Amino acid sequence: MTCNEVLLHALLDNELDASNAREVEAHVEHCPRCAPQLRAFRGLRQAMPAAQLQFTAPASLRRRIEKAFPAAAQRLPSRRSMLKGFVMGTALSTAMAASLVVAVVRTDQDQRVLGDIVSAHVRSLQADHLTDVRTSDQHTVKPWFNGKVDIAPPVVDLTAKGFMLLGGRLDYIDGQTVPSIVYRRRTHVINLFVAQGASSTTGEARLQTVQGFNIQRWTARGLEFFAISDVNAEELREFVEKFEAALHPVRKT
Amino acid sequence: MMLDRTQRRGTVLPWKAGHETRAGNGSDPQQDKARRFRDAALPYLDDVYTLARYLLRDSGDAEDAVQECYLRALRHFDTFRGPAIKPWLFAILRNVCRSEFVRRSGVLHYVNHSVDGETDNDEDARPLWQEPQGSPETEVLQERDAETIRRLVAELPQPFREAIVLREINDLSYREIADVVGVPVGTVMSRLARARSLLRAAWVAEEGRPT
Repeated sequence: MTCNEVLLHALLDNELDASNAREVEAHVEHCPRCAPQLRAFRGLRQAMPAAQLQFTAPASLRRRIEKAFPAAAQRLPSRRSMLKGFVMGTALSTAMAASLVVAVVRTDQDQRVLGDIVSAHVRSLQADHLTDVRTSDQHTVKPWFNGKVDIAPPVVDLTAKGFMLLGGRLDYIDGQTVPSIVYRRRTHVINLFVAQGASSTTGEARLQTVQGFNIQRWTARGLEFFAISDVNAEELREFVEKFEAALHPVRKT
Repeated sequence: MMLDRTQRRGTVLPWKAGHETRAGNGSDPQQDKARRFRDAALPYLDDVYTLARYLLRDSGDAEDAVQECYLRALRHFDTFRGPAIKPWLFAILRNVCRSEFVRRSGVLHYVNHSVDGETDNDEDARPLWQEPQGSPETEVLQERDAETIRRLVAELPQPFREAIVLREINDLSYREIADVVGVPVGTVMSRLARARSLLRAAWVAEEGRPT
């Protein structure tokens, strides 16, 4: 194989198939000309993290564009328009996140998603936006999400188990509209965010603590769940168990 | 930043899902279309704006171009066939920017470069850059703040700037870049190689500059 600078870039960009990548790598290893070049370009890439080079669209531009959509934004159902200001605020704070949905390695994305979830949780407590549909009836909450999000989040009433169902809300996480199911434990609010999962495997719940909030995160039935609250870790774990237990015997869609 | 392609291919296509779930909502089709478009396209506002900033190098012009891009995209949303909406938006933005370039100067700087980008007669080519063999490749790049890197990227001649922004900042594949720019993949590859050499040389040259 002869030296080919373009192939070095293709290797760097993950654009080569496995056999070609191996061939180029084998060549580079022994080539006094290509090896430093590849190192140099790798160094360049590391020195320019995409996240830092992104621009964030000004809020005024976002508003201008939103306004330009004929009637759609204005004549949506009222809860939706009520939500609009909220979503826009969120959109702003997640501006960077929204734009990087596919671009970032997994860990960065996780960090951002968790950050968004904490922000969404905090906002839901601050503003009068805890719920968009306020009812303790799971059969009202579940259909309310229909047509608003791409998934059908499971909604179960756990009032008898010590976690009162307050209602549902739409939020904006990582550039996507995400349903949140809202529960209360004594005076503590638990937001349960449900997102499209990356795989259909069932994953153990893991506890993470961000800015003092406990987050239990798990996957099941092709969905990813994030339960966030200021209740202690033990009670949040209990919530996850009760929630999953309530779903399992029924197994309905 | 290495990218896991398989993971990216596996990402869901929310606008497609939206198409199905919202089709049966019973609202008027224009509204429905606008809503689907908004849900699909608005999450990419920052990406589109970023590309506009680098292409036009002016925040006011970039805002106008992005707004125009979204309006055009909404008008033509019926013709959008996927698979990915981001490159589609970029292609529209690029057309908008091209009109802007025409308006600015009456000269087609934007398209008036050699296809392979092997000449240096772009309007903004500066003697600052050296050929890659002139830049010491063993040299470790000094860390730069985002402001400086943005400027170095912005100073690249148009076809190279565009290639590197689409690849490094907007994370498009070679194929997607080729579609957006309307050139063969081979051209994308050579432009990208050249872009990185130029950028690296500019970066190294920057080290000699007083800050």
